[in-house]
Amino acid sequence: MTVPGAFEGTTAAVEISGLRKSFGPNLVLNGVDLAVRSHEVICLIGASGSGKSTLLRCVNLLEPIDGGQIRLFGHDITGPNIDPNLVRRQIGIVFQSFNLFPHMNVLRNVTLAPTKVLRMTAAQANAEARALLDRFGLADKAGDYPDRLSGGQQQRVAIVRALAMQPQIMLLDEVTSALDPELVAEVLAVIGELASGGMTMLIATHEMGFAREIANRVCFLEEGRIIEDAPPAELFSDPKDERTRRFLRRIVEAKRL
Amino acid sequence: MTDNIDNLATEPPAGTPVGGFTTGRGPRLFTGGGRRGVVISTVSTVIVLSILLTIFLLAPGARTFEHAFFSPHNMWQAFIGNPKKGYYSVGAAIWLNIRMFLVSEALILPIALLTALIRQSTHPAMFPIRLLATIYVDFFRGVPLILVVLALGLGVPALDLPVISHQPDVVYGVTALVLSYSAYVSEVYRAGLNSVHRSQISAARSLGLSQRTALRYVILPQAVRNIIPPLLNDFISLQKDTALVSVLGVIEANQAADIYSTLIFNYSSFTVAAILFLILTIPLARFTDRIIDRDRRRRLAGAVT
Repeated sequence: MTVPGAFEGTTAAVEISGLRKSFGPNLVLNGVDLAVRSHEVICLIGASGSGKSTLLRCVNLLEPIDGGQIRLFGHDITGPNIDPNLVRRQIGIVFQSFNLFPHMNVLRNVTLAPTKVLRMTAAQANAEARALLDRFGLADKAGDYPDRLSGGQQQRVAIVRALAMQPQIMLLDEVTSALDPELVAEVLAVIGELASGGMTMLIATHEMGFAREIANRVCFLEEGRIIEDAPPAELFSDPKDERTRRFLRRIVEAKRL
Repeated sequence: MTDNIDNLATEPPAGTPVGGFTTGRGPRLFTGGGRRGVVISTVSTVIVLSILLTIFLLAPGARTFEHAFFSPHNMWQAFIGNPKKGYYSVGAAIWLNIRMFLVSEALILPIALLTALIRQSTHPAMFPIRLLATIYVDFFRGVPLILVVLALGLGVPALDLPVISHQPDVVYGVTALVLSYSAYVSEVYRAGLNSVHRSQISAARSLGLSQRTALRYVILPQAVRNIIPPLLNDFISLQKDTALVSVLGVIEANQAADIYSTLIFNYSSFTVAAILFLILTIPLARFTDRIIDRDRRRRLAGAVT
């Protein structure tokens, strides 16, 4: 069996095969096959409820799966005797709703996991956190509590928080959907910078223009399956599947493309 | 939580009087209105107090009542006590209440937290312990505290066990307070744990934090902040309920006042006890209000949806 996108002879960063997941009677993922190579950026598009977020949560082991397999650099992470905490150290995830810890300031949000999980010293964690915050224009926010920040700033802190664990892969779950329109650009710029830095990313998004610009491949999901998987130029201008065409038509009608 | 946040986006800032009431923050004694507001509240306070005082003074038994409950001489005597005449100082006895309160509280906080965590656990192996914890909470929330005090204070010595049955009465009293209040406070903790949004757990776990670490650094601090008002409310209640230990004959403030009234036939000693309890509880009540106001600000971000 060949998984779409898998390089022959190369181990994919993430290799998902036959992934199934239900919530009660609700079948959300119905046999997803997807391989993400190192340094590749893949955007997942599709209507709400098509399974994009669930797919990302499954990869990070936040949801137990019902069938199929997920391999991380060749290792099955969905089998028994897997320490999810070890897996999650290598996979950063950023959520639509930021989920910063409201009782900690920005610096502490970023350094919590490095000090508690990676056992870094406070001094080292602080230094690395400040370097990251500085890189993403948040140096002056280190002492602020999340409620003092704009949505865009909060989301950038959430990205920095995930990066502080030095993950191999980043999962971004509709990270701009909860933002006011004028704040979207600053977050997308950060993601763009990560992509140009070679970060492997799996991005669920509604920002079609952004997906076209940044993705190596775009996957269209519907009813828990990947319907079409192609480079953005091809998928957006010449979709092969009728369902992809229908989805993109609606997006165009909504003036989102 | 979600509703709260959504509302805040469209409504005036929390604390702004809406339709004559403050919304979204703790009770505030003095609300805004500037200089005019101060004048209005002063006049209104004077009028209300005058009416109450007039009703009191016009009551047929006002003189008798005043002597029985507010006699300065008796109040002072009850406060300082007089061992030669056989009554104890209410002022000294309140220290026992304070000590009982402090010891109880120090035991209740960890025991209640442990009970709450056991009841919140989901592992199948924990089932028997979870069942025990549930029975414990149901039982002690259902039985009147005074019965628990009596049952322990009279029952345990009757068992004639080594050591356990030979403690001073105050130990049984405090044990009863701890058992009863831990059951209540564990439910407060549980509400607090549930008030932290699931997404916070996702965020913590996704960073590789173990369940324990996530609980310790992410969930518990937020849960405890959310329950500070009800927790302090239970503390206030506990301060007063230390008086129930008097049924075992322990000489705390209420018992000392009772002895005075029985010997001297004057109830002013109870007024002294009441004033002392108020002096203990009112600062805690005001402190609670301040904590609510202070922490409100920090709770508003992060945990949306």
